[in-house]
Amino acid sequence: MTQGFYKILSNIQLTRTVYKMVLGGDTGAITASGQFVNIKLDGKFLRRPISICDYDETTITLVYKVVGVGTEQMSKMTEGQELDVLVGLGNGYSLDKCGDKPLLIGGGVGVPPLYNLCKKLINEGKKVTVVLGFNTKEEIFLEDDFKKLGAEVLVATADGSYGVKGFVTDAMKDVDYTYFFTCGPMPMFKAIEAVASTSGQYSFEERMGCGFGACMGCSCKTKYGNKRICKDGPVLEREEIIW
Amino acid sequence: MVNTKVNLSGIILDNPVIPASGTFGFGYEFAELYDINCLGTFSFKGTTKDPRFGNPCPRIAECDSGMINAVGLQNPGVEKVIENELPKLKACFNKPVMANVSGFSVEDYAYTVEKLDSQEQIGWFEVNVSCPNVHGGGMSFGTSPEAAAEVTAACRKVTDKPLYIKLSPNVTNIVDIAKACEAAGADGISMINTMLGMRIDLKTKKPVIANKMGGFSGPAIKPVALRMVYQVYEAVKVPIIGMGGISTAEDVIEMMLAGATAVQVGAANLVDPFASKTIIENLPKVMEKYNIDDLSQIIGGAH
Repeated sequence: MTQGFYKILSNIQLTRTVYKMVLGGDTGAITASGQFVNIKLDGKFLRRPISICDYDETTITLVYKVVGVGTEQMSKMTEGQELDVLVGLGNGYSLDKCGDKPLLIGGGVGVPPLYNLCKKLINEGKKVTVVLGFNTKEEIFLEDDFKKLGAEVLVATADGSYGVKGFVTDAMKDVDYTYFFTCGPMPMFKAIEAVASTSGQYSFEERMGCGFGACMGCSCKTKYGNKRICKDGPVLEREEIIW
Repeated sequence: MVNTKVNLSGIILDNPVIPASGTFGFGYEFAELYDINCLGTFSFKGTTKDPRFGNPCPRIAECDSGMINAVGLQNPGVEKVIENELPKLKACFNKPVMANVSGFSVEDYAYTVEKLDSQEQIGWFEVNVSCPNVHGGGMSFGTSPEAAAEVTAACRKVTDKPLYIKLSPNVTNIVDIAKACEAAGADGISMINTMLGMRIDLKTKKPVIANKMGGFSGPAIKPVALRMVYQVYEAVKVPIIGMGGISTAEDVIEMMLAGATAVQVGAANLVDPFASKTIIENLPKVMEKYNIDDLSQIIGGAH
């Protein structure tokens, strides 16, 4: 983890509530897909943890949903402003055990951290299938980005306005996969847990205090002992999770 | 050259800045970020007789100029602290550390203090009779002078190390409780723990925190902490470790003027992991700005 000041290179709206912010600065502390940053905002006491959608040597891309006063403030920030950011937090996804045909399952605002993961898996020569779940057509984002990486993309919408009608579990029915990676809301996790046929990794969300393991504000129990979502997670292996 | 050293019950601190229990773990997380030997000392994560997971999540809620936590004393228990945490701490911190202890009965407190007493790394005990986040213990010992004195006396019997009692602000008269602890053998008073507070989510129309209430900390509580330290300073002879919303070197000086010999930094560490280090680095220049040569000379200066 490092602390630094990052310049906003762009901040654009993708859907009614989802924005994409690109930050410029040192990314050396990022070691894995699925890690997050923790952003200090003027007038807000606690930082805002946001998953990293993508990164390269000098930029970090965040795709975030406006869910409260902090993210709303972020959505109004403009190019050139600077942010105090803790970078490289959390464990991120581990690519070691995923076999040749990994399946990536994202629900709503859980989709972004899968993007860099998808990029890495494709660079490793894997045949990647991405299943994205949204409530309705207007809320879909990053679909084309995943396609451009070379992944096979299946979209499910709860109201059937686009792609498969239903949930991610409906869209993944006929997918042949060797392992899965997922990020999204808890009801989606439980549905996946009920049908998944392989091992996999889940990325969890929790209200955090510090985001770097000091306060024990986001602890959970696992089969491997107590873990802090911010430091020992947010990614947990399927085998260790207590549902 | 200004002098930032203070004497805390016979142990000289290079500076009065002490990260508060529960915001600094057992130190080694922060040692990855900077050399924590710059600290006066720090108070390690509240330790109990038995391992505790603590409360369900969410445990954290943000407030204006502060936060609420309801962690509930998550810790691996005193045996594992001695076996696993203290050796890791020793590898990155070569000063005496402050052992924060909590319990659910008078016997629990004494048991944990006695177990830790043999650990040479420990310079002081800070006995927490003020945790607002556990039921049937913690704060209930800190809300009556008799119960606080009973815990103090029991711990006093099992250690000769400096014994500080950490008091709750959630009381009618903190002065009476401080005096009772002093009379029962405490070497000092540590104050204040968090203030009981809550937030309600307008979307769910329910409390944000699973435990419903929690301990409010951060800059918002600093005036309350200053007032209480000021009052207790007038009533006891033992030293006070002051805390509550400390975020800057100016805050440290203000708390010392109220009567604190040393000052703890809590919630600020969680927002800025370098907060304690930055405060220490800024202290000399802020002292110079206010014509302070020797920090120990300003203790209680506002009286």
